[in-house]
Amino acid sequence: MAYDAVIIGSGLSGLAAGIRLAMFDKKVCIVEKHTVLGGLNSFYVRKNRTFDVGLHAMTNFTPKGVRNSPLGKLLKQLRFSHDDFRLCQQHMSEIRFPEHSLRFTNDFEFFRQEVADQFPKEIDGFNKLVQKILSFDELNLNDEKILTSRAILESFIKNSVLIDMLNCPLMYYGNAREGDMDFYQFVIMFKSIFVEGFAKPLGGMHYILQLLEEKFKQLGGELRMGAGVTSINAERGTVKSVTLENGEQLSVETVISSMGYVETLNRCTPALKETDECETGQVSFMESLCVVDREPRELGYDKSIVFFSTEPRFDYKVPDEMINVTTGVLCCSNNFDYPEPMKEGLIRLTNLANFAQWDTLPRKDYIAAKKHWRERALESVFTFFPDFRDNVVFLDSFTPKTIKKYTGHLNGAVYGSPHKIKNGKTPVNNLFICGTDQGFLGIIGATLSGISMANLHVLRK
Amino acid sequence: MTINEIRQIILNILEDIAPDEDISSIDDNTKLREQIDLDSMDFLDIVMELRKRFNIEVPEKDYEHLATLAGCITYLQPLLKDRLAAS
Repeated sequence: MAYDAVIIGSGLSGLAAGIRLAMFDKKVCIVEKHTVLGGLNSFYVRKNRTFDVGLHAMTNFTPKGVRNSPLGKLLKQLRFSHDDFRLCQQHMSEIRFPEHSLRFTNDFEFFRQEVADQFPKEIDGFNKLVQKILSFDELNLNDEKILTSRAILESFIKNSVLIDMLNCPLMYYGNAREGDMDFYQFVIMFKSIFVEGFAKPLGGMHYILQLLEEKFKQLGGELRMGAGVTSINAERGTVKSVTLENGEQLSVETVISSMGYVETLNRCTPALKETDECETGQVSFMESLCVVDREPRELGYDKSIVFFSTEPRFDYKVPDEMINVTTGVLCCSNNFDYPEPMKEGLIRLTNLANFAQWDTLPRKDYIAAKKHWRERALESVFTFFPDFRDNVVFLDSFTPKTIKKYTGHLNGAVYGSPHKIKNGKTPVNNLFICGTDQGFLGIIGATLSGISMANLHVLRK
Repeated sequence: MTINEIRQIILNILEDIAPDEDISSIDDNTKLREQIDLDSMDFLDIVMELRKRFNIEVPEKDYEHLATLAGCITYLQPLLKDRLAAS
């Protein structure tokens, strides 16, 4: 019996696409290689503690009642109420460089004032840039024009430190490209982080994923875990079936894949010539989770998220060493507006990392390297922020190698390929992509990606 | 179905699409888009819900008829008049 649609991957984009299709009575099956939901935004358990992967915070926070924002659209499309997501807002975040600090909250006017105070000569240019950003249609799926952001930023802002500081959070939270960023991506990220803002769902990714899974199943969707796809079988440019790791073949009308563009083309039979021309992503991260014995604010960490550079200039690129310790992101999960305090203090540290170097290490050196580079990264943090080493009760780290293993993304590239396929099309007629490589970013972006691709390629047909 | 029944059907659909919205105050003759922030994604949903619930196909060129509640009723009445309200 044929499926109307098979969706590859049970991350946010796959689950969202699945919900949309099941909602309108399509026969739909989501196949997931891993035994846990979530893909790039997932969770894992160590010593009875559940840690989110990918999620520092959800961007795109808008309050209940705002319906034309990305979050508002998502809730409507998936038939959730704002309350269902149990979002707890950030307190305050910060971009910290050697000479300057810019703080921001979920109120954009606060950030505008910070820019005015710290960079008084630049505020007019900044305001003009904001005007341009607010009037830009970044969600246009048919816009093929590629603009890079640095030249545009330089036309509004003279001070390169301010440009670096604006770029820093936006690049860390969504840039697949080294050095510069596509302008539409810059706009998406600027709106989602500065204009809208941060929140965390009570219960973390585990809660959100469960919510989506339940809705999908209630609507009659089928979910198969531990079911990796070995091949996508096409005849004369049209997919007829997909083959799973256990040898089973699913006949299918349409396939929506969230595993990445090149990762998807790689599984097509007969092989596609386009596969060789794909640009693969390189940007990956090491992340360390530090459980501490008290609230982070008692240790001098009172911000929700801090994007920092200990060097005057910020350069977003794959480091030559295993990781780049001079810049990173600190996230204190406790510093969000939870109804009750979290049981333990948690400080996460994220640094840019080099996949190839991590991947080629032998097993025994790999473990030692994780410890070594975690210590180096923390030492660098402590030149800028208070030392909390004596308060650590548990430490764990994951690397680009870990990300590759669990998500299947080549090079552990968490933001996928720098070249996005906005309309989701592939060289195969009825094979589409959603998720990271389609180009909407973050938790809300990924979810909207699944929704948009399901609407465009299945429901509107 | 009566005009009132059809009106209620549309309201039910809107309630499903926009659970946080107060639909009791919707005015029949003002554009829905202006009252509850409906965008093109939502209009697709109204159309999809009509297909799902009543097997009615609304071609894209007719979406403009769905701009107001009164417009929806006028457009749907000939299509639904011989149907019984869902039990």
